[in-house]
Amino acid sequence: MSKDIITLAIETSCDETSVAVMKNGREILSNIISSQIDIHRKFGGVVPEVASRKHIENINIIIQEALDEANITFNDIDIVGVTQGPGLVGALLVGISSAKAIAYALNKPLVGVNHIEGHICANYIEYKDLKPPFICLVVSGGHTYLVYVKDYAEYELYGRTRDDAAGEAFDKVARALGLPYPGGPVIDKLSKEGNAAAIDFPRVYLEQDSYDFSFSGLKTAVLNYLNERRQKGEEIVVEDVAASFQQAVIEVLVDKSIRLAKEKATDKIAIAGGVAANEGLRSLMEKRGKEENIQILYPSKILCTDNAAMIGSAAYFNYMKGNISGLDLSVAPNLELV
Amino acid sequence: MKVLAVDTSTVIATCAVMEEEKMLGEYSLDQKMSHSENLVPMIKEVLDSLKLKVSDIDLFAVAIGPGSFTGLRIGIATIKALAHVYNKPVVGVSTLEALAFNLSFNGLIVPIIDARRDRVYTGIYKWEEGILKNIMEPTVMEIDSLLDILIKEEDPIMMNGNGIFLHRQHIKDKLGDKVYFAKNIHNSCRALSVAELALQKKDKIEGTNYYNLVPEYLRESQAQRELKKKESEAQ
Ligand SMILES: [Zn+2]
Repeated sequence: MSKDIITLAIETSCDETSVAVMKNGREILSNIISSQIDIHRKFGGVVPEVASRKHIENINIIIQEALDEANITFNDIDIVGVTQGPGLVGALLVGISSAKAIAYALNKPLVGVNHIEGHICANYIEYKDLKPPFICLVVSGGHTYLVYVKDYAEYELYGRTRDDAAGEAFDKVARALGLPYPGGPVIDKLSKEGNAAAIDFPRVYLEQDSYDFSFSGLKTAVLNYLNERRQKGEEIVVEDVAASFQQAVIEVLVDKSIRLAKEKATDKIAIAGGVAANEGLRSLMEKRGKEENIQILYPSKILCTDNAAMIGSAAYFNYMKGNISGLDLSVAPNLELV
Repeated sequence: MKVLAVDTSTVIATCAVMEEEKMLGEYSLDQKMSHSENLVPMIKEVLDSLKLKVSDIDLFAVAIGPGSFTGLRIGIATIKALAHVYNKPVVGVSTLEALAFNLSFNGLIVPIIDARRDRVYTGIYKWEEGILKNIMEPTVMEIDSLLDILIKEEDPIMMNGNGIFLHRQHIKDKLGDKVYFAKNIHNSCRALSVAELALQKKDKIEGTNYYNLVPEYLRESQAQRELKKKESEAQ
């Protein structure tokens, strides 16, 4: 039996300061998440400079909390993982600077991790036996990717959004409906009380073979619908708009995921990212999965949000493949998955 | 007592190791937009050359601003993490005070750091009986407002900092013969000044530690300023 690998992982790509301690990439010893959401809510979205200021205030407190909760000290750490990108450059730099200094001070390997890869790896934490290959749909406020996970730390990118991320579309439609930020959870909740067939919003599939996504046309259709109604003085049923919009988003997401699973002949689809917590998406994916004999996987809600445990998992699997970063690791705000 | 100091407030990345009154090593680079890539390798280079490990350092010091917001956070995050791993004290030093500390001058010492759009981060300092006294608190202002203050001063004035590169002629035109500019070697941020100041301040820093040390921005973020304006207008 080989020795356990203990990873200290840091995630500061957006508005969550998070530090985790992981054992062997799948077991969480601690996963502390300090959310700034209340601070950014009054700005109606994440303000990069405000986020960076919060990270530098929090970072060492959160690191200590993570160590304490895992009941370890710095000396027990084998590798240091950190989000390299994509994300907000100023925010990422706080985490990277801390991680580099810790790795250097301890003389342990540093592993820079792709944030999107982290979201995918959240499924390894949730499902202890999950092994590649599988399909992963990564959907969040900033990202929409359809990925074939070929092996640990090996990915083939099949689809991505050509304009807005799925979560971004939720935020924008929520704002137009006068709903609070972030829009995703609110729309998901309202959708349960609305009629998803009430309004026929467009499903954008792009070219026939394409696995890419586009949500800006749908967003515009919703805005036009609202404007028209308001101009005519007609009533707007917020629940119906929410449900019909959500249905238009998730149908396309689910259809393309199922189609890719069939093309790659895999029997597993994992969902990841903040929008993976969307119950409408989960239930439609499960319904279609059952019809097609495909197992649908998704992490618990806390692992769908930005968190350092997923970064620790990705760092572990990269480390096992020999992917180690130098102390000159640079921040990569637009880092690509492959 | 060995102190490791860094300053990444401006385009210069600089780190130094000092033992009591003696410099052991210093490494400075003037290279745009590369603090994040350079800083830890620079620290490693200095410590390796001195055959020292991070665990040999007794005190960690960092320039806390004013300066580039991102640059400050890189230096502070790095120093806080190093101190945290070995549970050692940290000292934050004003970037302006450290710049003033570069100069031995009998008169007013006025460091200026470019804050963009003809604004500067500045403060006024003076040596009194071997101690560098702060006469005007660090602040951000238009270069012309600063010159309006300085023109009324009777003492000779020496200025340094990267604001000199931008405003040298303008300052000379306004202040004439009573202003002197530091030699180039004393013009830039030097981690050695941060280190020496940290050694002087180390017993007076109660309450500061690797948890709570933060940059001295001197300016709220633009979003904060706009929000405040909106709120005050709404009232
Ligand atoms: Zn994310």
